[in-house]
Amino acid sequence: MRQSLRIVLAEDAVLLREGLVHLLERFGHRVLAAVGDGPALLSAAREHRPDLVITDVRMPPGQTDEGLRTARRLQAEQPALAVLVLSQYVEQTFADELLDDRRSSVGTGYLLKERIGDVEEFADAVARVAAGATVVDPDVVRQLLARRRDPLDRLTPREREVLALMAEGRSNAAIARRLVVTDAAVAKHIASILQKLDLPPSAPDDHRRVLAVLAYLRA
Amino acid sequence: MDRAAAVSPRTVLEALTRSPLGFLRTAWPWRALGYLLSGGVFATGVYLGVAGLLTAPIGTFAGMLCAAALVVFAVALAGPLERRRLALVDRGDGDGSRGSGDRQRPRRSPRTAGYGAVSVLAVGWLDLAVVLVSLGIPGFLLLTPFQPTALPWQTVAGPVAGALLLPVAAYPIGAWAAVRAAVGRAVLFPKDRELREVVRSRARLVDAFETERRRIERDLHDGAQQRLVALTMKLGLATLDLPPGSAAAKQVGEAHALAKEALTELRELIRGIHPQILTERGLPAAARDIAGRCPVPTDLDLDLPGRLPAAVEQTAYYVTAEALTNIARHSGADRCRVTARCRDGVLRLDIEDNGSGDADPARGTGLVGLADRIAAADGRMLLSSPPGGPTLLRAEIPCAGPPS
Repeated sequence: MRQSLRIVLAEDAVLLREGLVHLLERFGHRVLAAVGDGPALLSAAREHRPDLVITDVRMPPGQTDEGLRTARRLQAEQPALAVLVLSQYVEQTFADELLDDRRSSVGTGYLLKERIGDVEEFADAVARVAAGATVVDPDVVRQLLARRRDPLDRLTPREREVLALMAEGRSNAAIARRLVVTDAAVAKHIASILQKLDLPPSAPDDHRRVLAVLAYLRA
Repeated sequence: MDRAAAVSPRTVLEALTRSPLGFLRTAWPWRALGYLLSGGVFATGVYLGVAGLLTAPIGTFAGMLCAAALVVFAVALAGPLERRRLALVDRGDGDGSRGSGDRQRPRRSPRTAGYGAVSVLAVGWLDLAVVLVSLGIPGFLLLTPFQPTALPWQTVAGPVAGALLLPVAAYPIGAWAAVRAAVGRAVLFPKDRELREVVRSRARLVDAFETERRRIERDLHDGAQQRLVALTMKLGLATLDLPPGSAAAKQVGEAHALAKEALTELRELIRGIHPQILTERGLPAAARDIAGRCPVPTDLDLDLPGRLPAAVEQTAYYVTAEALTNIARHSGADRCRVTARCRDGVLRLDIEDNGSGDADPARGTGLVGLADRIAAADGRMLLSSPPGGPTLLRAEIPCAGPPS
């Protein structure tokens, strides 16, 4: 049984908000507040001091990136707060803003809204972000990969698959399960990737590894 | 040109090209002759006047003063006179927008005065020369009976040849008058105003379409898309509660997959109707999004001063998306580059690729549609695509105005 999280949720579409509350409770979490705009999120998160804030990027009153702004402000106030941002589309600068200049012990996630439909994956992402991991939507990773094709050409197709999964914040064991190979094979692939991309093999810390990969992809 | 055939010719050029033989039966040759002679006679008058004043017994200084005054007076007259003369060979459109039938007064601009002065005082001589040469040869032949040295057969053949050649003179005179009229019209009646209005109305149409598309996008996003996400969520939760492997679990699982596919399709559809990312985040973010989905690796270099007017952003987005689609489909390039700069109120968008080149608007690769779209935004498109590449497509779009 996974840990029960205390969550504050912000989403302006009522239907989705209710659905998300239902989903999160189904997986054993407690939704302390479910709100529909930036200011309400700010006050709810200040009041409840949750483990995790899940917020839509676009919310009233600004209807641009109210949710993201509020989340970053909250993270400045509450250094331990994990944040999962849901977006309607892939916006590299959102991902960049979220993942840049951060303390590496705080969980951060950036997912497309439609991933909510894959309930188990979504619940998994929620748990991983709350545990301090970095989770990035596969589409964001795909776009980053598309942008940096040249040095990545050195990677084998299998290594690229592993890299994409790494960038999504998955552990070696999860990658092994996904690709149906042994943990040892995954470790070998990762060592090879880090070597090919001139990334120093870091401590066995998933999160820092993801950040290293993303930093490389964004370079 | 069928509409043109239905109305009578408006200029000597139209009359000449539309029915070369019928031209002789119209008043146009006489109008052309009148046009050329009026300028020539005016110029001759001015020059004779100047010469007379300079040689008149009133003293050199006074003579020069009077001559200068006469020239200034002639120049002042030349502009209005030129417009009158132009009416002889260019009847205008009769719609009050341009042409010498223009009800509006000529613009009293230095341009009009300058053109009039040059036309009447300098080119007037050339007009006169064309008339003299064109009419001189048949005239000389017609007058052979009065020549003391003419042989008997020449006194008969000369007038016959002259009579045959005389109508031919109408053509060089008409042609020269047509050229002069075309130049005069271009200088005195610039079409900018009318074109600007056409462009503006096109831009209004495009804007109206865009507004409508945005409305549709918003409705779909706030309605159908949210419902579909909620539906996939519910179906996903339902699969959790059903015994794994049961028939019901299988059915719900399939429904879940279908709903997800529908959601993906709807997302693509919405992006096609109106890209949200453009409205909310502006051109650079939207261009990154396009480049990220382009199969050809794309370098972006967009250096823009914040948000641009909505119509400009939409046009630039459309151009970038279409151009990258074209490159992926036709060019065989393995690298392309999008550069955008805003200088002096013009957005310059360059899309380069290292493909095989030879892009030809005539082959219907969407380039004509691109040019149209850019033109509707009052911009222009330039294309350089030699065989073997590289290809450069440049769009220049005026981007002054309130940002979106």
